[in-house]
Parts: sequence; C-alpha cells; structure tokens
Amino acid sequence: MAKGVKPRVKVPKTAAAGETITIKTLISHKMESGRRKDKDGNFIPRSIINRFVVDFNGQNVIDVTLEPAISTNPYFQFDAVVPDAGEFKFTWYDDDGSVYETSKKIKIA
Amino acid sequence: MDFTRRNILVLGSGVFAAASFAGVPALASKTDDAIAAFTGGVGVIEGGIDLTAPEIAENGNTVPVAVSAPGAVSIMLLATGNPTPAVATFNFGSLAGSRRGSTRIRLAKTQDVVAIAKMEDGTFRRAGATVKVTIGGCGG
Amino acid sequence: MELKTLLTSMVIIGFSAGLVSAQADATLAVEGEVISTSASAPAFAENLDTVYSGWRFRKLETRSLQLDDFDNPAFVFVDKGIDLFEKVDGTEGKACASCHEDVEDFAGLRPKMPRVEDGTLVTMENLVNECRTERMGAEPWKYSGGQMTAVTALIGLQSRGMSVNVAFDGDAAPFFERGQELYYQRVGQLDMSCSNCHEDNYGVMIRADHLSQGQINGFPTYRLKNAKLNSAHARFKGCMKNIRATPYKEGGDEFKALELYLAARGNGLSVETPSVRN
Repeated sequence: MAKGVKPRVKVPKTAAAGETITIKTLISHKMESGRRKDKDGNFIPRSIINRFVVDFNGQNVIDVTLEPAISTNPYFQFDAVVPDAGEFKFTWYDDDGSVYETSKKIKIA
Repeated sequence: MDFTRRNILVLGSGVFAAASFAGVPALASKTDDAIAAFTGGVGVIEGGIDLTAPEIAENGNTVPVAVSAPGAVSIMLLATGNPTPAVATFNFGSLAGSRRGSTRIRLAKTQDVVAIAKMEDGTFRRAGATVKVTIGGCGG
Repeated sequence: MELKTLLTSMVIIGFSAGLVSAQADATLAVEGEVISTSASAPAFAENLDTVYSGWRFRKLETRSLQLDDFDNPAFVFVDKGIDLFEKVDGTEGKACASCHEDVEDFAGLRPKMPRVEDGTLVTMENLVNECRTERMGAEPWKYSGGQMTAVTALIGLQSRGMSVNVAFDGDAAPFFERGQELYYQRVGQLDMSCSNCHEDNYGVMIRADHLSQGQINGFPTYRLKNAKLNSAHARFKGCMKNIRATPYKEGGDEFKALELYLAARGNGLSVETPSVRN
C-alpha cells in the first residue's frame, strides 16, 4: 500500500428521490508516472491508481480508467442519480494491488 | 549562397520546420492508435461533445479539464503531446446522473487535448482543445 | 459546464489597465466568505503603497481552486493533520489533542506568528516541535515535512480570514531588522536580493510567470508545481536556489528572521492558509 493514502468525498446528505446530484472526490496519491528519474538517474517505477469505481446500492454510477497523465492527488467530479436512500461506495485500485475504499450514506428528503 | 545572418536564420528555421514535421506522424499515430483501439476503427464525427480546458495552463502539472457528451456510454481523454497520449476513460453506469466528468491532468507541453465519446447508438464523437502550457519562471 | 460555473462563480470586478496590472482586481470568497487580498502597505515598506496576496497574481484556474474547500487539494492534507493531531505519539502517551482539546482554540495564533518568546524568535513549526519533544516525549518532525505542514496547515486554517498582525517592535525589533537586511541583501551567482523580484518587479512576467510580492499570508501553501503543502522556509529555499545562492537552513535563524520581516510586510492581509499557488 502506498504511504499515507487518504480519500475525500463530497456528497450531499440528502436528495429528493430520483434527483441528480454532483459528487466530488479526491484521494492523496503520488501518481508516480514511471517516467521520472531519481537522483542516480534510474527510473522511479510507475505506481498509480489505475481505476476508480463508484457504486450506489450495488449499481454502478461511474467506472474510470486512470493513466499516468492524471495529476497527483486525483480529483473527479461527476453526477449521480439517487433513486432511493442508500449508500455510495467509492473504490480506488492501486497498481500495487491495494484497494482504498470509503462510503457515504444519503437520505431521501 | 552567401551565409548572411538572415540566410542562416532562414535555413535554421527550415531545418527546424522539417524536424517538427518529421515528428508529427509519430505522435499522431500514437493518438490515432489509441483512438482506433477505442473505436474499433469506426469513423469519428466532430461535435456532440464538449471539452472544456483552459487556453493557457499556469502549470502543466495540474490542468483542469471537463468533458460532457449527452448520450455517451463512455468518454476517452487523450493528451496528444504527452509521451503516452492516454489520460483517462470515463465509463458511465446505470446510475450516472449525466454523461460528464471533470478531472485534473498532466500536460508535458503545449498540445491538443482530445475527447472521444462512444455513443449509445454505436457512433463516436470527437472534440479537441489546444492548451498552452507555460514553462514558469519560478513557479513552473 | 462545471468548470465554467466554477470560473464564473468568481466575482471579477474588472482589470485595471495600468502599467503594473498583473495583480488581478478580483475578490476572493472562500466558501462564500470574502477574504481581503490587499491592504495598505506598512510604513516601513517605503517602496510599496499596497500589499497584495499572491492569490491576486495567479491565473483564473489556480485562483478558482482556493474558492471551495473541496476543490482546494490542500484539504486532504488538512484532513491528515486532523488525524495527526489526534494521534498519540511519544513516551508520555499523549496526542496534540490531549492538551489542546479543540483545535479551533488556535484561532488567532497564525496572524501573530512568528513571535518572540524569552528573547528567542519562534515559528509555528518551533511551537509544534517543542510540544512534541517537551510534552509528548516524541521525536521532532522534519521542519518542512509532510506531517509538520499538515498540522501547521490545520492550525493556520483556524485563523483564516483574520488579519496578519505580527509584532515587530520591542523584543522583536532586532529580528525584524535582521530580516530586513536579508531581504535587501544581494546573494548568489545571479547577485539578487528578494527585493529585486518581489518589490521592484512584482506584477511583471518572469519568463511565463507573474512575479508576486512574495507575501506569506497563505502558508503553508499547496503548490501545483509539487502537488503538496510547502512551508514558507521551503519556499525561501526554492527562491535562493533559483538565484543560484546557497540556501540558508530551514528553521535556522536567517529564515526565521526573514519570515518575521515578510509577515510584517503583509500585516493587514488576511490569513489564507492553506492557499493554492502555482
């Protein structure tokens, strides 16, 4: 697991049934591209988050493939439909096999 | 031919132009390859997709971009001037509230950013934007 | 379009057309709260009429990042700062939060730093490490390391919007004078002083970049260049390398004095911690 990885997500606490909401996410990650060299001139091995998935109550919202051209501390903003009360599940997949997860509940108002 | 300063400059720029032309097919083919892999060789139509990117990026490390293509199944982002053009692909699920996404990307130099959308009807749409990447004084 | 919304959500009053017009005449509203990004220059800064936050010199996309605490990438490090603040470390079995129960109690500290305590000039980083070594029995953190900047950002944030108001008279006077000397001292192969760029030429392009006044009201700052929080001393070090000088030590007497002098030059500007810069 890459060191000190921390996710942040911004989801409204409530929504109307069927409403479209905007979600923002950010995760602290170096996104080492594999093209940088260290002091001795050797390439620093690639180590990035390569996939980001958001589901709501088991149904998919968005599934993003990330390449090394995504900036350090990857940020995403997208929209989701909220059919019912439930839980958003956010999953980031690291090159090294680590999986970072967080979730946010939303109520119907 | 007298090798005046002007002539040498002209000659120099000619060589430079030739060199940059020589570079274009190689770069373009990397982007074309990525597009072909995404579309499976289907022709790409301009329009029906929006790509928002700054005209001038203050720092190529963090360039905000947004894509939107109503009716898209997925949208692929490419940076044509990066060592490898692939940037990200947004695949929209059944609960996607729109067919848009924003992120922050790395651009190695001034270049065109391209977005290709795969639509529900099987067609492909394309949009592009040129982003100037400034090489900073102290900030860059 | 979300990006456009973001950009237009900034209140742009207009651009002045004067010679030194690089500092955008825009209002900074962070999470809807307006923060002043200019102030009358202090009397001792004879060559300036107005002091401007570095925010004013940045391009729209960079400025936009500071308007919303989610869009501001520094906040993931502030979150880490909260974890560190609550984490027990050292032989005494204490965390920062063991003594400082509510981090909000630090509101008002950042505008007064650095300050003189018992004849010594003390920075925020010194305070943090003093707590760690004296009270927690823990190892001191690296002066500009990730743990330190996360916690100094968290503490500084509590004072966001408050006016910088460091004391530079009395006990502080000798440090202030030392800092002033350093500010105007030419150093390095390029034989340049801080003032050559940040006083004589602010608002002017240096290659493809606008020179700011070098104000430090937003530190630690998240820089797009290295995608992390940067301490003021780390930034000073970067400046010195740029002019091909041998940098002073982070946390050393020279940089501490310079920090006090620069903070005083920005008296009246608002604390923007954690800001976003190029």
